[in-house]
Amino acid sequence: MSQATLAIRKISGHAGPAPGEGVERDYQVCKLVDTTTCIGCKACEVACLEWNGYTFTDTVFDNSYQTMPQTAWNYWNLIKFNEHEREDSTVTLLMRKDQCMHCADPGCLAACPADGAIVQYTNGIVDFQQENCIGCGYCVSGCPFDIPKFNPATKKMFKCTLCSDRVSEGLEPACIKSCPTGCLHFGSKDDMKDLAETRADQLRENFGFEKAGVYDPAGVGGTGVIYVLHDATNPEAYGGLPKDPHIPWVVRFWKGPAKWIGNLAMLGGILGVTLHYLRYGPKEVHPPKNENGGQP
Amino acid sequence: MSTAQVVSSGRTAGETDGRICRYTLGERVHHWLGAFTYVYCLITGLAFWSPYMFWLAVLVGGGPTARFWHPWFGLAFAFSMFWMFKMWHRDMRTTDADRRWSKVMKQYIENDDQNLPPVGRFNYGQKLFFWLMFYGVILLVISGLGLWFVESIPWSLRWLRYTAVTVHVVAALATIGGFIIHVYMGTAMVRGGFTSIIRGEVTTTWARTHHRLWYEQIMSGTSRKQ
Repeated sequence: MSQATLAIRKISGHAGPAPGEGVERDYQVCKLVDTTTCIGCKACEVACLEWNGYTFTDTVFDNSYQTMPQTAWNYWNLIKFNEHEREDSTVTLLMRKDQCMHCADPGCLAACPADGAIVQYTNGIVDFQQENCIGCGYCVSGCPFDIPKFNPATKKMFKCTLCSDRVSEGLEPACIKSCPTGCLHFGSKDDMKDLAETRADQLRENFGFEKAGVYDPAGVGGTGVIYVLHDATNPEAYGGLPKDPHIPWVVRFWKGPAKWIGNLAMLGGILGVTLHYLRYGPKEVHPPKNENGGQP
Repeated sequence: MSTAQVVSSGRTAGETDGRICRYTLGERVHHWLGAFTYVYCLITGLAFWSPYMFWLAVLVGGGPTARFWHPWFGLAFAFSMFWMFKMWHRDMRTTDADRRWSKVMKQYIENDDQNLPPVGRFNYGQKLFFWLMFYGVILLVISGLGLWFVESIPWSLRWLRYTAVTVHVVAALATIGGFIIHVYMGTAMVRGGFTSIIRGEVTTTWARTHHRLWYEQIMSGTSRKQ
């Protein structure tokens, strides 16, 4: 299999720099999801299962068309259906294809303690390497989109790979190939941004969606999956898409300053007791004074 | 529980001292169960803590194995800690003697021991360490459950995930600080302490030097029976 587009840029839990650190390829790959033309057919859900070799699992009915409440370790691609009341009190169905967002600044990768369990390729794809995963679940805490899921049988984490195996061969992801309305697009980040902005303009000017816009959150450095939304000011309405996602500050602190403070404190403790021994040495025992008896 | 007594009068060759039972077999067993499980959690925890210490996981069977056992060893440590609480919590209460002693702890640290106020079975520092580990393990178990079953914490309560991480890290670092001092004092600084937690016995001179009030209780036969 060609690995040409899968050179690594970032590595989780890695002591020292990654080969390819800081490298920007000519283009970052990007998936564009136009929620305004999604019909909720779930062809992408099926294509995802087929390509990645999973069988269809039990659905969970929750008074909506949604297959299950959230993505699962073996169900990486889920259309989220949300009834939304318009200002004129009519109701519309907002449908958003939920999957890993492939953040430029991935919280899962920042939180991961296992060397090489999460990598970011130079084309921007964030991929879990299950052979290095220890199943700790730190990525769950790091992800601002609640995407990584645990397989209790193998004790490994799973999520959408953006079909890195297909992309490395010059193919588009399976979900893109299956979409009947063309609401899914795949290409370079620049091209997808252009296309998304064009579509948002169209929605604003021709269709009366004054708040239409593109979702490409800067808090995580931009994402490898971007959305066109009818109302970009209220992404939460699309099944809880966070308005301003970023790596939780706790995770940033934990993996940044806390590490150095903690390591220095531990080192200081060891140094401190060593110096104490050199300066003061062991304690003497005092034999009892004779006049006071002492010996039993 | 504290069945301290004079074990022998120590008149055998080379010994000028009698010996006193300081720790019963049960106390020693639980100390070492706690020590072993804590060190396991320390090694694996440090591996998860920093990429520069991830190699430590190799010592105990690799990352996934370490991740699997860490919480179970943590529970075993908590068990031993609660057992130690059961055995020692009466001995670990702060007394007036401790308050007097704690005021001149600097002298103790500098080995200027001649004029220290006498203390009972455990000194104030030992008591602090005990309560640090006791409350530490409570926090570690509660936050550890949050890390263990992180996916069971719903997204709407995700602040609990972040709190669990923070509490686990802070509590672990605090216990590591206590652990470093404890191991140093028990092995290098206070000679006789290490053998006492292995074989259970100390010399009368040792007891008289380090734990005068306890020594006097034993000698006068007024040691508290439980």
